[in-house]
Amino acid sequence: MIRPLGDRALVVTLGSAIAPSVYSRVQRSLGQLRAASLAGVTDIVPAFASIVLHYDPARVAGARGEAPYDALAAAVEECLRLAVASPEVATRLVEIPVCYGGALGPDLDRLAAGHGMSPEAVIRLHCEREYLVYMLGFLPGFAYLGGLAPELVTPRRSEPRAHVPAGAVGIGGEQTGVYPLDSPGGWHLVGRTPARMFRPDQDPPTLLAMGDRVRFLRITEAQFNELESQSR
Amino acid sequence: MTLHVVTPGLLTTVQDRGRRRQQHLGIPVSGAMDQAALRMANLLAGNDLDAAALECTLMGPAVRFDEPTLVAITGGRCEPVVAGRPVPMWRAVLVPAHADLRFGPMHGAGCRAYLAVAGGIETPLVLGSRSTYLRAAFGGHEGRALRAGDALPTGEVPARATAIAAALGNGAAGPAIANWSVSRELVPGYTKSPTVRFVAESGDAAVEACAKALAEQLFSIAAQSDRMGFRLDGEALHCAVPAERLSEGVAFGTIQLPPGGAPIVLMADRQTTGGYPRLGTVAAVDMPLVAQLAPGDHIRFTPISLDEAQRLYLAREQDFTQAVTALSLRFHS
Repeated sequence: MIRPLGDRALVVTLGSAIAPSVYSRVQRSLGQLRAASLAGVTDIVPAFASIVLHYDPARVAGARGEAPYDALAAAVEECLRLAVASPEVATRLVEIPVCYGGALGPDLDRLAAGHGMSPEAVIRLHCEREYLVYMLGFLPGFAYLGGLAPELVTPRRSEPRAHVPAGAVGIGGEQTGVYPLDSPGGWHLVGRTPARMFRPDQDPPTLLAMGDRVRFLRITEAQFNELESQSR
Repeated sequence: MTLHVVTPGLLTTVQDRGRRRQQHLGIPVSGAMDQAALRMANLLAGNDLDAAALECTLMGPAVRFDEPTLVAITGGRCEPVVAGRPVPMWRAVLVPAHADLRFGPMHGAGCRAYLAVAGGIETPLVLGSRSTYLRAAFGGHEGRALRAGDALPTGEVPARATAIAAALGNGAAGPAIANWSVSRELVPGYTKSPTVRFVAESGDAAVEACAKALAEQLFSIAAQSDRMGFRLDGEALHCAVPAERLSEGVAFGTIQLPPGGAPIVLMADRQTTGGYPRLGTVAAVDMPLVAQLAPGDHIRFTPISLDEAQRLYLAREQDFTQAVTALSLRFHS
Protein backbone atom coordinates (compact mmCIF):
# COMPACT_ATOMS: atom_id res chain seq x y z
CA MET A 1 0.00 0.00 0.00
CA ILE A 2 1.31 3.45 -0.93
CA ARG A 3 0.24 6.66 0.88
CA PRO A 4 1.44 10.25 0.79
CA LEU A 5 3.57 11.62 3.64
CA GLY A 6 3.07 15.30 2.96
CA ASP A 7 3.86 16.71 -0.48
CA ARG A 8 7.49 15.56 -0.70
CA ALA A 9 7.47 11.98 0.58
CA LEU A 10 5.46 8.79 0.35
CA VAL A 11 5.20 5.66 2.48
CA VAL A 12 5.15 2.14 1.12
CA THR A 13 3.60 -0.10 3.78
CA LEU A 14 4.75 -3.72 3.63
CA GLY A 15 3.41 -5.23 6.83
CA SER A 16 2.19 -4.42 10.31
CA ALA A 17 4.51 -6.24 12.68
CA ILE A 18 8.15 -6.65 13.64
CA ALA A 19 8.79 -10.05 12.09
CA PRO A 20 11.49 -11.73 10.00
CA SER A 21 9.01 -12.32 7.15
CA VAL A 22 8.10 -8.61 7.02
CA TYR A 23 11.77 -7.73 7.30
CA SER A 24 12.52 -9.88 4.22
CA ARG A 25 9.80 -8.11 2.27
CA VAL A 26 11.23 -4.68 3.28
CA GLN A 27 14.74 -5.78 2.36
CA ARG A 28 13.63 -7.11 -1.04
CA SER A 29 11.53 -4.03 -1.86
CA LEU A 30 14.38 -1.77 -0.76
CA GLY A 31 16.68 -3.51 -3.23
CA GLN A 32 14.17 -3.06 -6.03
CA LEU A 33 13.57 0.62 -5.26
CA ARG A 34 17.28 1.38 -5.00
CA ALA A 35 18.01 -0.40 -8.27
CA ALA A 36 15.21 1.48 -10.04
CA SER A 37 16.79 4.93 -9.31
CA LEU A 38 13.42 6.63 -9.80
CA ALA A 39 13.72 10.23 -10.98
CA GLY A 40 13.25 12.80 -8.21
CA VAL A 41 13.79 10.41 -5.30
CA THR A 42 16.31 11.91 -2.85
CA ASP A 43 16.28 9.48 0.07
CA ILE A 44 14.99 5.96 0.70
CA VAL A 45 14.36 5.17 4.36
CA PRO A 46 13.43 1.62 5.37
CA ALA A 47 11.83 0.80 8.72
CA PHE A 48 10.33 -2.30 10.40
CA ALA A 49 7.42 -2.67 8.03
CA SER A 50 7.59 0.25 5.60
CA ILE A 51 9.79 2.29 3.32
CA VAL A 52 9.61 6.07 3.02
CA LEU A 53 10.72 7.69 -0.23
CA HIS A 54 11.58 11.39 -0.03
CA TYR A 55 11.34 13.14 -3.37
CA ASP A 56 11.44 16.49 -5.14
CA PRO A 57 8.06 16.90 -6.88
CA ALA A 58 9.68 19.14 -9.51
CA ARG A 59 11.97 16.31 -10.61
CA VAL A 60 9.55 13.42 -10.77
CA ALA A 61 9.05 12.06 -14.29
CA GLY A 62 5.38 12.09 -15.15
CA ALA A 63 2.94 12.87 -17.91
CA ARG A 64 2.20 16.55 -18.48
CA GLY A 65 -0.35 17.75 -15.94
CA GLU A 66 -0.06 14.58 -13.85
CA ALA A 67 0.42 15.20 -10.13
CA PRO A 68 3.98 14.26 -9.08
CA TYR A 69 2.65 12.02 -6.31
CA ASP A 70 0.46 10.07 -8.71
CA ALA A 71 3.30 9.63 -11.16
CA LEU A 72 5.78 8.49 -8.51
CA ALA A 73 3.29 6.21 -6.73
CA ALA A 74 2.57 4.50 -10.05
CA ALA A 75 6.27 4.10 -10.76
CA VAL A 76 6.87 2.65 -7.28
CA GLU A 77 4.01 0.20 -7.68
CA GLU A 78 5.32 -0.88 -11.05
CA CYS A 79 8.81 -1.32 -9.65
CA LEU A 80 7.59 -3.48 -6.76
CA ARG A 81 5.33 -5.57 -8.95
CA LEU A 82 8.30 -7.03 -10.79
CA ALA A 83 8.68 -10.32 -9.00
CA VAL A 84 12.43 -10.43 -9.16
CA ALA A 85 14.05 -13.22 -7.25
CA SER A 86 16.42 -10.92 -5.40
CA PRO A 87 19.78 -12.54 -4.76
CA GLU A 88 20.24 -13.67 -1.19
CA VAL A 89 21.99 -10.78 0.54
CA ALA A 90 25.10 -11.96 2.31
CA THR A 91 24.64 -10.84 5.91
CA ARG A 92 27.48 -9.88 8.15
CA LEU A 93 27.91 -11.04 11.70
CA VAL A 94 29.12 -8.15 13.86
CA GLU A 95 30.42 -8.85 17.34
CA ILE A 96 30.01 -6.07 19.86
CA PRO A 97 32.14 -6.30 23.02
CA VAL A 98 30.22 -5.41 26.19
CA CYS A 99 31.31 -4.98 29.78
CA TYR A 100 28.24 -5.88 31.86
CA GLY A 101 27.13 -4.62 35.25
CA GLY A 102 28.88 -2.41 37.77
CA ALA A 103 29.13 1.29 37.03
CA LEU A 104 28.92 0.57 33.29
CA GLY A 105 25.64 -1.35 33.61
CA PRO A 106 23.90 0.28 36.59
CA ASP A 107 20.50 -1.38 35.98
CA LEU A 108 21.73 -4.96 35.59
CA ASP A 109 21.18 -6.12 39.17
CA ARG A 110 17.71 -4.59 39.46
CA LEU A 111 16.63 -5.97 36.08
CA ALA A 112 17.85 -9.44 37.07
CA ALA A 113 16.07 -9.27 40.44
CA GLY A 114 12.88 -8.19 38.68
CA HIS A 115 12.96 -11.36 36.63
CA GLY A 116 13.96 -13.53 39.59
CA MET A 117 17.27 -14.47 38.05
CA SER A 118 20.93 -13.81 38.74
CA PRO A 119 22.86 -11.08 36.90
CA GLU A 120 24.98 -13.89 35.45
CA ALA A 121 21.89 -15.49 33.94
CA VAL A 122 20.85 -12.18 32.35
CA ILE A 123 24.31 -11.76 30.83
CA ARG A 124 24.27 -15.34 29.53
CA LEU A 125 20.85 -14.88 27.91
CA HIS A 126 21.87 -11.55 26.40
CA CYS A 127 25.10 -12.94 24.94
CA GLU A 128 23.89 -16.26 23.63
CA ARG A 129 21.35 -14.78 21.21
CA GLU A 130 22.01 -13.61 17.69
CA TYR A 131 20.14 -10.40 16.90
CA LEU A 132 18.97 -8.99 13.59
CA VAL A 133 19.29 -5.29 12.70
CA TYR A 134 15.77 -4.48 11.52
CA MET A 135 16.39 -0.81 10.86
CA LEU A 136 18.41 2.25 11.84
CA GLY A 137 16.75 5.36 13.22
CA PHE A 138 16.21 7.49 16.35
CA LEU A 139 19.86 8.59 16.45
CA PRO A 140 22.72 8.33 13.92
CA GLY A 141 23.82 4.70 13.95
CA PHE A 142 21.12 3.52 16.35
CA ALA A 143 20.14 -0.01 15.35
CA TYR A 144 16.80 -1.52 16.28
CA LEU A 145 17.65 -5.14 17.15
CA GLY A 146 15.17 -7.99 17.09
CA GLY A 147 15.63 -11.31 18.85
CA LEU A 148 15.77 -10.47 22.56
CA ALA A 149 15.21 -13.55 24.76
CA PRO A 150 11.57 -13.48 25.96
CA GLU A 151 12.84 -13.92 29.55
CA LEU A 152 14.53 -10.51 29.31
CA VAL A 153 11.59 -8.48 28.03
CA THR A 154 11.27 -5.57 30.49
CA PRO A 155 9.04 -2.48 30.35
CA ARG A 156 11.00 0.75 29.94
CA ARG A 157 11.99 2.73 33.00
CA SER A 158 9.13 4.86 34.29
CA GLU A 159 11.57 7.75 34.69
CA PRO A 160 13.80 8.11 31.61
CA ARG A 161 17.37 9.19 32.32
CA ALA A 162 18.27 12.69 31.16
CA HIS A 163 21.74 11.49 30.27
CA VAL A 164 22.74 8.10 28.89
CA PRO A 165 26.37 7.87 27.70
CA ALA A 166 27.36 6.80 24.18
CA GLY A 167 28.03 3.06 24.12
CA ALA A 168 25.46 2.21 26.80
CA VAL A 169 23.79 -1.15 26.15
CA GLY A 170 20.16 -1.24 27.17
CA ILE A 171 17.02 -3.32 27.30
CA GLY A 172 13.63 -1.67 26.77
CA GLY A 173 10.45 -3.57 26.07
CA GLU A 174 11.20 -6.32 23.54
CA GLN A 175 14.25 -4.53 22.31
CA THR A 176 17.91 -4.28 23.12
CA GLY A 177 20.48 -2.00 21.62
CA VAL A 178 23.37 0.41 21.97
CA TYR A 179 23.09 4.18 22.38
CA PRO A 180 25.39 5.66 19.71
CA LEU A 181 25.53 9.13 21.27
CA ASP A 182 25.12 10.73 24.67
CA SER A 183 21.37 11.24 24.86
CA PRO A 184 18.35 10.97 27.12
CA GLY A 185 17.01 7.43 27.33
CA GLY A 186 14.42 5.21 28.97
CA TRP A 187 16.02 1.78 28.65
CA HIS A 188 17.55 -0.28 31.44
CA LEU A 189 21.31 -0.07 31.14
CA VAL A 190 22.99 -3.45 31.54
CA GLY A 191 26.45 -2.70 30.20
CA ARG A 192 28.59 -0.60 27.93
CA THR A 193 30.58 -1.18 24.75
CA PRO A 194 33.81 0.58 23.81
CA ALA A 195 32.83 0.19 20.11
CA ARG A 196 31.94 3.41 18.31
CA MET A 197 28.50 2.92 16.79
CA PHE A 198 28.65 6.23 14.93
CA ARG A 199 31.83 7.72 13.47
CA PRO A 200 31.03 10.47 10.94
CA ASP A 201 34.67 10.58 9.82
CA GLN A 202 34.60 6.99 8.53
CA ASP A 203 33.00 5.20 5.63
CA PRO A 204 30.55 3.71 6.41
CA PRO A 205 29.74 6.14 9.23
CA THR A 206 27.80 3.57 11.26
CA LEU A 207 29.11 0.32 12.73
CA LEU A 208 25.86 -1.50 11.96
CA ALA A 209 23.70 -1.64 8.84
CA MET A 210 20.21 -2.96 8.25
CA GLY A 211 20.36 -6.74 7.85
CA ASP A 212 23.47 -7.26 9.96
CA ARG A 213 23.45 -10.06 12.54
CA VAL A 214 24.76 -9.01 15.92
CA ARG A 215 26.25 -10.84 18.87
CA PHE A 216 27.27 -9.31 22.18
CA LEU A 217 30.61 -10.53 23.46
CA ARG A 218 31.27 -10.27 27.17
CA ILE A 219 34.49 -8.49 28.16
CA THR A 220 36.05 -7.52 31.48
CA GLU A 221 36.35 -4.00 32.75
CA ALA A 222 40.12 -4.10 32.09
CA GLN A 223 39.45 -5.11 28.47
CA PHE A 224 36.82 -2.39 28.23
CA ASN A 225 39.28 0.25 29.39
CA GLU A 226 41.94 -0.95 26.99
CA LEU A 227 39.59 -1.04 23.99
CA GLU A 228 38.11 2.29 24.92
CA SER A 229 41.52 3.96 24.98
CA GLN A 230 42.30 2.45 21.56
CA SER A 231 39.06 3.60 19.98
CA ARG A 232 39.71 7.22 20.85
CA MET B 1 39.46 33.84 1.72
CA THR B 2 38.31 33.90 5.28
CA LEU B 3 35.30 34.99 7.29
CA HIS B 4 36.31 36.21 10.75
CA VAL B 5 33.79 35.97 13.56
CA VAL B 6 33.99 39.12 15.71
CA THR B 7 31.00 38.29 17.92
CA PRO B 8 29.18 34.98 17.46
CA GLY B 9 25.54 35.91 18.06
CA LEU B 10 23.17 33.70 20.02
CA LEU B 11 23.26 30.55 17.88
CA THR B 12 25.05 30.84 14.56
CA THR B 13 25.80 27.66 12.60
CA VAL B 14 26.98 26.69 9.13
CA GLN B 15 24.10 25.16 7.14
CA ASP B 16 23.42 24.16 3.57
CA ARG B 17 20.62 22.29 1.83
CA GLY B 18 21.09 19.34 4.12
CA ARG B 19 22.56 15.89 4.28
CA ARG B 20 20.97 13.63 1.69
CA ARG B 21 21.04 9.87 1.25
CA GLN B 22 22.07 9.19 4.87
CA GLN B 23 18.69 8.86 6.55
CA HIS B 24 18.72 5.07 6.25
CA LEU B 25 21.62 5.16 8.72
CA GLY B 26 19.63 7.24 11.19
CA ILE B 27 21.54 10.38 10.22
CA PRO B 28 19.29 13.47 10.17
CA VAL B 29 19.07 15.74 7.13
CA SER B 30 19.79 18.96 9.09
CA GLY B 31 20.44 21.97 6.83
CA ALA B 32 18.89 25.43 6.90
CA MET B 33 15.55 25.63 8.70
CA ASP B 34 14.32 28.17 6.13
CA GLN B 35 15.40 26.67 2.82
CA ALA B 36 13.73 29.42 0.80
CA ALA B 37 15.78 32.12 2.52
CA LEU B 38 18.98 30.07 2.18
CA ARG B 39 18.67 29.57 -1.54
CA MET B 40 17.70 33.17 -2.12
CA ALA B 41 20.79 34.30 -0.22
CA ASN B 42 22.95 32.01 -2.35
CA LEU B 43 21.30 33.21 -5.55
CA LEU B 44 21.85 36.89 -4.69
CA ALA B 45 25.47 36.26 -3.69
CA GLY B 46 26.12 34.58 -7.05
CA ASN B 47 26.62 31.14 -5.49
CA ASP B 48 25.69 27.61 -6.44
CA LEU B 49 22.51 26.70 -4.62
CA ASP B 50 24.22 23.99 -2.63
CA ALA B 51 26.72 26.41 -1.09
CA ALA B 52 26.81 26.64 2.71
CA ALA B 53 25.83 29.83 4.54
CA LEU B 54 25.51 31.02 8.13
CA GLU B 55 22.19 30.52 9.91
CA CYS B 56 21.81 33.15 12.62
CA THR B 57 19.21 32.83 15.35
CA LEU B 58 17.45 35.70 17.19
CA MET B 59 20.67 37.70 17.58
CA GLY B 60 23.10 37.47 14.70
CA PRO B 61 26.89 37.78 14.71
CA ALA B 62 29.35 40.44 13.65
CA VAL B 63 31.78 39.27 10.99
CA ARG B 64 34.66 40.71 8.95
CA PHE B 65 36.54 39.84 5.76
CA ASP B 66 40.14 40.46 4.67
CA GLU B 67 39.09 41.50 1.17
CA PRO B 68 36.03 43.19 -0.36
CA THR B 69 33.39 40.45 -0.28
CA LEU B 70 30.02 40.01 -1.93
CA VAL B 71 27.32 38.85 0.50
CA ALA B 72 23.54 38.59 0.73
CA ILE B 73 21.39 38.50 3.86
CA THR B 74 17.91 37.01 3.87
CA GLY B 75 15.41 35.51 6.32
CA GLY B 76 14.03 37.15 9.46
CA ARG B 77 14.38 40.92 9.65
CA CYS B 78 17.71 41.61 11.34
CA GLU B 79 18.70 45.21 10.47
CA PRO B 80 22.22 44.50 9.24
CA VAL B 81 24.82 47.25 9.35
CA VAL B 82 28.12 47.46 7.46
CA ALA B 83 30.75 49.84 8.82
CA GLY B 84 27.99 51.58 10.75
CA ARG B 85 25.71 52.01 7.70
CA PRO B 86 22.42 50.11 7.43
CA VAL B 87 22.28 47.78 4.42
CA PRO B 88 19.14 46.14 3.02
CA MET B 89 18.27 42.47 3.17
CA TRP B 90 17.39 40.40 0.08
CA ARG B 91 20.02 42.25 -1.96
CA ALA B 92 23.59 41.68 -3.04
CA VAL B 93 25.92 43.83 -0.93
CA LEU B 94 29.63 44.36 -1.42
CA VAL B 95 31.27 44.56 2.01
CA PRO B 96 34.59 46.47 2.10
CA ALA B 97 37.70 44.78 3.44
CA HIS B 98 38.05 44.88 7.25
CA ALA B 99 34.60 46.45 7.74
CA ASP B 100 32.31 44.97 10.38
CA LEU B 101 29.11 43.39 9.10
CA ARG B 102 26.91 43.45 12.16
CA PHE B 103 23.45 41.95 12.63
CA GLY B 104 20.85 43.67 14.81
CA PRO B 105 18.44 41.80 17.07
CA MET B 106 15.49 40.14 15.36
CA HIS B 107 12.56 41.83 17.06
CA GLY B 108 10.01 41.47 14.31
CA ALA B 109 8.63 38.51 12.42
CA GLY B 110 11.23 35.85 11.75
CA CYS B 111 14.00 34.67 14.05
CA ARG B 112 16.47 33.15 11.56
CA ALA B 113 18.62 35.15 9.18
CA TYR B 114 20.97 33.75 6.54
CA LEU B 115 24.29 35.19 5.47
CA ALA B 116 25.58 33.90 2.16
CA VAL B 117 29.12 34.82 1.18
CA ALA B 118 30.33 34.64 -2.43
CA GLY B 119 32.04 31.26 -2.78
CA GLY B 120 30.14 29.79 0.13
CA ILE B 121 31.41 28.84 3.58
CA GLU B 122 33.84 26.06 2.81
CA THR B 123 34.18 24.05 5.98
CA PRO B 124 34.82 20.34 5.30
CA LEU B 125 32.09 18.20 3.79
CA VAL B 126 30.94 15.57 6.27
CA LEU B 127 28.81 12.80 4.75
CA GLY B 128 28.13 14.96 1.71
CA SER B 129 27.09 18.17 3.48
CA ARG B 130 28.49 21.11 5.43
CA SER B 131 25.44 21.37 7.67
CA THR B 132 26.09 21.46 11.39
CA TYR B 133 24.33 18.80 13.48
CA LEU B 134 24.83 20.07 16.99
CA ARG B 135 23.45 17.04 18.82
CA ALA B 136 26.14 14.72 17.44
CA ALA B 137 28.67 17.56 17.12
CA PHE B 138 29.65 17.08 13.50
CA GLY B 139 29.47 19.05 10.26
CA GLY B 140 29.78 22.82 9.92
CA HIS B 141 32.63 24.42 11.86
CA GLU B 142 33.92 21.75 14.25
CA GLY B 143 30.38 20.49 14.76
CA ARG B 144 29.42 23.46 16.91
CA ALA B 145 27.92 26.94 16.97
CA LEU B 146 30.34 29.72 16.07
CA ARG B 147 32.43 31.52 18.69
CA ALA B 148 34.27 34.83 18.69
CA GLY B 149 37.62 34.47 16.97
CA ASP B 150 36.56 31.63 14.65
CA ALA B 151 37.98 31.91 11.13
CA LEU B 152 35.94 30.15 8.44
CA PRO B 153 37.31 29.44 4.97
CA THR B 154 35.21 30.60 2.04
CA GLY B 155 35.29 28.91 -1.35
CA GLU B 156 36.39 29.94 -4.80
CA VAL B 157 34.24 32.84 -5.98
CA PRO B 158 32.02 31.74 -8.89
CA ALA B 159 32.03 33.72 -12.15
CA ARG B 160 28.53 35.01 -11.49
CA ALA B 161 29.52 36.42 -8.10
CA THR B 162 32.55 38.07 -9.64
CA ALA B 163 30.30 39.71 -12.25
CA ILE B 164 27.82 40.91 -9.64
CA ALA B 165 30.62 42.31 -7.48
CA ALA B 166 32.33 44.02 -10.43
CA ALA B 167 29.14 45.97 -11.14
CA LEU B 168 29.24 47.24 -7.54
CA GLY B 169 32.75 48.74 -7.75
CA ASN B 170 35.58 48.01 -5.33
CA GLY B 171 33.95 48.77 -2.00
CA ALA B 172 36.53 51.46 -1.23
CA ALA B 173 33.83 54.01 -0.41
CA GLY B 174 31.90 51.85 2.01
CA PRO B 175 29.30 49.16 1.33
CA ALA B 176 27.90 49.03 -2.21
CA ILE B 177 24.34 47.83 -2.65
CA ALA B 178 22.86 46.24 -5.76
CA ASN B 179 19.99 48.24 -7.25
CA TRP B 180 18.17 45.06 -8.24
CA SER B 181 16.70 42.14 -6.31
CA VAL B 182 14.33 39.23 -6.89
CA SER B 183 10.59 39.62 -7.39
CA ARG B 184 8.52 40.21 -4.26
CA GLU B 185 6.66 36.92 -4.67
CA LEU B 186 9.86 35.05 -3.91
CA VAL B 187 10.27 36.76 -0.54
CA PRO B 188 8.22 34.84 2.06
CA GLY B 189 5.69 36.89 4.02
CA TYR B 190 6.88 36.07 7.51
CA THR B 191 4.54 36.82 10.40
CA LYS B 192 4.49 35.99 14.11
CA SER B 193 1.15 34.27 13.66
CA PRO B 194 0.95 32.50 10.30
CA THR B 195 -1.76 30.19 9.08
CA VAL B 196 0.03 27.31 7.38
CA ARG B 197 -1.41 24.68 5.11
CA PHE B 198 -0.90 21.01 5.85
CA VAL B 199 -1.62 17.77 4.05
CA ALA B 200 -3.61 15.74 6.56
CA GLU B 201 -3.03 12.02 7.06
CA SER B 202 -5.83 9.97 5.68
CA GLY B 203 -7.04 6.39 5.89
CA ASP B 204 -7.83 6.23 9.62
CA ALA B 205 -11.02 7.85 10.96
CA ALA B 206 -9.53 8.61 14.39
CA VAL B 207 -6.46 10.27 12.89
CA GLU B 208 -8.61 12.23 10.45
CA ALA B 209 -10.80 13.49 13.29
CA CYS B 210 -7.69 14.54 15.20
CA ALA B 211 -6.22 16.31 12.16
CA LYS B 212 -9.49 18.19 11.91
CA ALA B 213 -9.22 19.21 15.56
CA LEU B 214 -5.67 20.38 14.89
CA ALA B 215 -7.04 22.89 12.37
CA GLU B 216 -9.52 24.31 14.85
CA GLN B 217 -7.24 26.06 17.29
CA LEU B 218 -4.47 28.55 17.64
CA PHE B 219 -1.24 27.12 19.03
CA SER B 220 1.80 28.85 20.42
CA ILE B 221 5.38 27.72 19.93
CA ALA B 222 6.59 26.28 23.25
CA ALA B 223 9.86 27.29 24.87
CA GLN B 224 11.35 23.80 24.45
CA SER B 225 11.47 24.13 20.66
CA ASP B 226 14.66 23.91 18.66
CA ARG B 227 16.09 22.91 15.29
CA MET B 228 14.85 19.38 15.89
CA GLY B 229 11.20 20.18 16.40
CA PHE B 230 8.64 22.76 17.55
CA ARG B 231 6.39 21.79 20.42
CA LEU B 232 2.97 23.39 20.27
CA ASP B 233 1.14 24.71 23.31
CA GLY B 234 -2.62 24.66 23.16
CA GLU B 235 -5.55 22.57 24.22
CA ALA B 236 -4.34 18.95 24.27
CA LEU B 237 -5.46 16.85 21.33
CA HIS B 238 -6.67 13.35 21.86
CA CYS B 239 -6.46 10.69 19.26
CA ALA B 240 -8.13 7.30 19.62
CA VAL B 241 -5.24 5.37 18.12
CA PRO B 242 -2.42 3.51 19.86
CA ALA B 243 -0.01 6.02 21.40
CA GLU B 244 2.95 4.30 19.78
CA ARG B 245 3.15 2.56 16.48
CA LEU B 246 5.95 0.89 14.57
CA SER B 247 8.65 3.47 13.91
CA GLU B 248 8.75 4.62 10.33
CA GLY B 249 10.19 7.43 8.24
CA VAL B 250 9.03 11.00 8.88
CA ALA B 251 9.47 14.21 6.89
CA PHE B 252 10.35 17.89 7.31
CA GLY B 253 7.15 19.44 8.66
CA THR B 254 5.50 16.22 9.80
CA ILE B 255 3.13 16.90 12.71
CA GLN B 256 3.38 14.18 15.36
CA LEU B 257 1.16 13.67 18.37
CA PRO B 258 2.98 12.30 21.43
CA PRO B 259 0.94 10.86 24.33
CA GLY B 260 0.68 14.20 26.18
CA GLY B 261 -1.52 15.60 23.40
CA ALA B 262 0.77 18.52 22.49
CA PRO B 263 1.69 18.24 18.80
CA ILE B 264 5.27 18.52 17.55
CA VAL B 265 6.24 19.86 14.12
CA LEU B 266 9.42 18.10 12.98
CA MET B 267 12.11 20.50 11.78
CA ALA B 268 15.57 20.33 10.17
CA ASP B 269 17.39 18.24 12.80
CA ARG B 270 14.46 15.82 13.20
CA GLN B 271 15.06 12.13 13.79
CA THR B 272 14.82 10.11 10.61
CA THR B 273 12.05 7.87 11.96
CA GLY B 274 9.29 8.25 14.51
CA GLY B 275 6.69 6.12 16.22
CA TYR B 276 4.08 8.64 17.36
CA PRO B 277 0.81 9.04 15.45
CA ARG B 278 1.11 11.51 12.56
CA LEU B 279 -1.63 14.06 11.92
CA GLY B 280 -0.19 15.40 8.68
CA THR B 281 2.70 17.28 7.15
CA VAL B 282 3.02 21.02 6.51
CA ALA B 283 2.99 21.94 2.81
CA ALA B 284 6.53 22.53 1.55
CA VAL B 285 5.68 26.05 0.34
CA ASP B 286 4.69 27.07 3.87
CA MET B 287 7.67 25.57 5.73
CA PRO B 288 9.65 28.84 5.55
CA LEU B 289 6.87 30.51 7.56
CA VAL B 290 7.08 27.78 10.21
CA ALA B 291 10.89 27.78 10.25
CA GLN B 292 10.95 31.46 11.19
CA LEU B 293 8.80 31.11 14.30
CA ALA B 294 10.29 31.73 17.73
CA PRO B 295 9.02 30.51 21.11
CA GLY B 296 5.91 32.51 22.00
CA ASP B 297 4.87 33.03 18.37
CA HIS B 298 1.57 31.55 17.21
CA ILE B 299 0.53 29.18 14.46
CA ARG B 300 -2.71 27.99 12.93
CA PHE B 301 -3.13 25.03 10.57
CA THR B 302 -5.51 24.70 7.67
CA PRO B 303 -5.88 21.60 5.49
CA ILE B 304 -4.91 21.55 1.83
CA SER B 305 -5.20 18.73 -0.68
CA LEU B 306 -2.04 16.98 -1.80
CA ASP B 307 -2.73 17.98 -5.40
CA GLU B 308 -3.03 21.64 -4.49
CA ALA B 309 0.09 21.53 -2.29
CA GLN B 310 2.10 20.05 -5.16
CA ARG B 311 0.68 22.56 -7.65
CA LEU B 312 1.79 25.42 -5.39
CA TYR B 313 5.19 23.80 -4.99
CA LEU B 314 5.70 23.42 -8.74
CA ALA B 315 4.59 27.01 -9.35
CA ARG B 316 7.05 28.30 -6.76
CA GLU B 317 9.87 26.22 -8.21
CA GLN B 318 9.07 27.64 -11.63
CA ASP B 319 9.20 31.21 -10.27
CA PHE B 320 12.53 30.48 -8.68
CA THR B 321 13.94 28.92 -11.84
CA GLN B 322 12.91 32.08 -13.70
CA ALA B 323 14.72 34.21 -11.14
CA VAL B 324 17.86 32.12 -11.68
CA THR B 325 17.55 32.51 -15.44
CA ALA B 326 17.00 36.26 -15.18
CA LEU B 327 20.13 36.63 -13.09
CA SER B 328 22.16 34.54 -15.54
CA LEU B 329 21.05 36.73 -18.43
CA ARG B 330 21.76 39.90 -16.52
CA PHE B 331 25.31 38.89 -15.67
CA HIS B 332 26.05 36.73 -18.70
CA SER B 333 27.03 33.84 -16.48
